Amino acid sequence: MSLLPLAANSQVGTKAQVVAVIVAGIFLGVVLELVRRRRLVERYALLWMLAAVALLVLAIWRGALGELADLIGVISPPNALFLIALGVIFVLLLHFSIATSRLSEETKILAQEVARLDAEARAAQKAVTNGDRAGTAAGPPQPAAREPESPAPGATGEREPPSAARTADQ
Amino acid sequence: MAESAQLGKLAIVPAYNEQGMVGRVVRDIKRHAPDFDVLVIDDGSSDATAAEAEANGAAVVRHPFNVGIGGAMQSGFKYALRHGYDVAAQVDGDGQHKPAHLKDLLAKLHSSGEEADMVCGSRFRGDPGYKVPLGRRLGNLVFSVVLTAICRQRITDPTSGFRMTNRRGIELFARDYPHDYPEVEAILMLHANRLRIHEVPVRMNARGYGRSSIDYPRSAYYMAKVLLALFVGLFRRRPTPVEATGEEDLVEPPAQDPATSGGPAR
Repeated sequence: MSLLPLAANSQVGTKAQVVAVIVAGIFLGVVLELVRRRRLVERYALLWMLAAVALLVLAIWRGALGELADLIGVISPPNALFLIALGVIFVLLLHFSIATSRLSEETKILAQEVARLDAEARAAQKAVTNGDRAGTAAGPPQPAAREPESPAPGATGEREPPSAARTADQ
Repeated sequence: MAESAQLGKLAIVPAYNEQGMVGRVVRDIKRHAPDFDVLVIDDGSSDATAAEAEANGAAVVRHPFNVGIGGAMQSGFKYALRHGYDVAAQVDGDGQHKPAHLKDLLAKLHSSGEEADMVCGSRFRGDPGYKVPLGRRLGNLVFSVVLTAICRQRITDPTSGFRMTNRRGIELFARDYPHDYPEVEAILMLHANRLRIHEVPVRMNARGYGRSSIDYPRSAYYMAKVLLALFVGLFRRRPTPVEATGEEDLVEPPAQDPATSGGPAR
């Protein structure tokens, strides 16, 4: 079973094989360089490196492609390669869509947090400048303004809904 | 900023959904290391972690959502830098690290004077204090061998998060700290920045509450990610010694760091 596709594949020129190896090699190098320059975090680098290595393996080990084509019932091994590549790209895109959704959700939460802190800071500022006139109102916001790192216990409850909504979305 | 007058020591406690444990950790630190201020980083917990920490007298930094242990620790280092702390220690919020050892770490940090910029509590220089799972032991061994070769000094427990660092380490980590599973890379960063690392034997607890953030499928990612980071880290340009960089202007730039890909090397 493994002999047949191998024989069929050997008609594919070694030139194409060499090109595939070179392309995969360059791709690997680019990914590593991006990580080195901190343009790409390791998480995604591993994803792309996995894809590059898979391409490399399929390029070098022709029998594997034939077997794989056989396994998924595709007659022509090159078509199997296209199919698999398409599938991988599809999964990657879905993965990035998920990541983008998470990022936009987190950005929204950040914007809301900043807006809340800004409102609290301005309220505290106003309370301080108004001084004796708003003596009673100046009480609560002041500690929050002095120590912005530790929000008032009241804020704990307010912040739960956004994160709860986030998990519900997914 | 009132803290900057004294020689400030800060215990950073990263915690994610540790409401059952974090209060005890904070109390333990206050009991065994009363000269340490306690800062709990609530990394987007959905439980009462922040309230528990505050009730036990810790300062609390809350993340609006979970950013991971690396981001949590960096928040701690930024806080330490901004508030002028001279020493910052990491004590995990799950109760695995025994605050009683803080004085051992501190003694090593000070006894070696300028020699040590970071002291790591190592489980493998003596009795670990609990049964370390075999998988964890093996993974640790791989990193240990790699780092020992790179740093040309014996690093026995690179995955230990129980650490203490001085002002230089705080400055470095406030600027740049690895995202996830940061412990191993942090050692490489110290080495690359020519900061000195020492280890002291510590015992740890098996985790008392919650479960490890590292399960089986993740440990494969953990190994791959950290090995890649170590490999790539070797080819990063060696930064200038820390003394050469400014002190006060370090407070603002870190905020943009992840976005601008700047890094300490530039």
